Amino acid sequence: MARRYDSSTTTFSPEGRLHQVEYAIEAINNAGTCVGILAKDGIVMASERRITSGLLAPAKTSEKTYTLCPHASCNVAGLTADANILIEQARLRAGRYHYQYQEPIPVEQLVEYVCNYKQFYTQRGGLRPFGVAFLFAGYDEHHGFQLYQSDPSGNYSGWKATVIGANNQAGKSILKSDYKKKQEGEMDEDKEPEIPDVQEALKLAVKVLNKTMDGTGSAAAEKMELFTMKLDESKKCVHRILTKEEAQEVIDSVEQEAAAAGDS
Amino acid sequence: MDSVFGVCYNGGVILAADQSNARSILVYQENLDKIAELTSHSAMGVAGPNCDLVNFTEYVAKNIRLYELSNDGTKLSVHAQANFARGELAYALRRGPYQVNILLGGYDTNEADKSKEGASLYHLDYMGTLHKVPFGAQGYASYFTLSIMDREYKENLNEAEAITIVEHCIAEIQTRFMLKQPNYIIKAVDKDGVRVIKYGSDPSDN
Repeated sequence: MARRYDSSTTTFSPEGRLHQVEYAIEAINNAGTCVGILAKDGIVMASERRITSGLLAPAKTSEKTYTLCPHASCNVAGLTADANILIEQARLRAGRYHYQYQEPIPVEQLVEYVCNYKQFYTQRGGLRPFGVAFLFAGYDEHHGFQLYQSDPSGNYSGWKATVIGANNQAGKSILKSDYKKKQEGEMDEDKEPEIPDVQEALKLAVKVLNKTMDGTGSAAAEKMELFTMKLDESKKCVHRILTKEEAQEVIDSVEQEAAAAGDS
Repeated sequence: MDSVFGVCYNGGVILAADQSNARSILVYQENLDKIAELTSHSAMGVAGPNCDLVNFTEYVAKNIRLYELSNDGTKLSVHAQANFARGELAYALRRGPYQVNILLGGYDTNEADKSKEGASLYHLDYMGTLHKVPFGAQGYASYFTLSIMDREYKENLNEAEAITIVEHCIAEIQTRFMLKQPNYIIKAVDKDGVRVIKYGSDPSDN
């Protein structure tokens, strides 16, 4: 019975569901994990690099993080081939907006455009949905730093901190307790809840990745890609992927903190 | 044949235009409003035939409104509006150009970044050039009045001083220019939006 509705993405099942779209979302839940955290002075995205074979030449550039325009980047979970198409569309949209208005595109508009493109593939006949979920990090003059996630159905949502990919439930629950713990610890009656800065967010992201990655103990730097976005003195966005040494430093300090916490 | 002026001051911008609607040897009306409001906080003064004036200003104003509606109320900055208008002029240039020369003035509000708040004035012509200017004039008027503005303009003018400069320009046109331009409309754009300062003849009087 279910088979009749599985083959076509455009047909609702009698229960009112779109199976192909749900399977696509499910496929993401097995993909490499990506963590995104909104910080006081920027955004952090951390992602898992899956090493499939020791013989495979390591990527010379980033595998998971792509710059869309000078003020937005994204992390990919899912099929990289599908993601490349969407990233191309996002870059084109950002470029066209800049050409038309000579101003950077508001981040949410860029995210919405990509998601509309994804949605189209869940409705048009004979097409398969994009098997990609994104984390978008961006900055604009309207809403400052912003973090969004999107799924193959074309839904998107803004977050303070979120996880996509494998074990995202476990990752989210760590974020929920730790991001909040941080706030409660420093919460005054009339003070705004304190948001972590980029350095603290990096550590939190690594902590989450450590838990979601199925390896035992702490992960090596080459298995993680750590990305930060900040503003420089002239309010320009600076995108940066941490070098192996810098990443190792963060990983080590997380390990030390965990060890110290275990002693007490 | 039309005259349009603009002068920026501290906290706003003044736009002024003559109110004559004339073609060839015939005057149709002398109470036309050539300063079209694009948004609540921006307006463009247009020199050119009435048909192109109405067609182009409505096209731009409606597209800016469409942008706001389809993007959850996000407002386009004056800079973005000017560049959008410029793009449309450049696109039309090799097809059926709008015969419009424009001064676009507006005020940006920006809660998040106060350094981006303030008034600005942009000078556009029908061929698609765009310049941000402290003051400007379009039409034959520019031959008579740019020197006056150059002499009298200084930074951080207040509203009254800016209006005085514009009125000097209008007086010069009415003495030295061959054509009759008896009525002028003057508008200001500041943090409270677009408002009419004065007019020679009521534009709503049909």
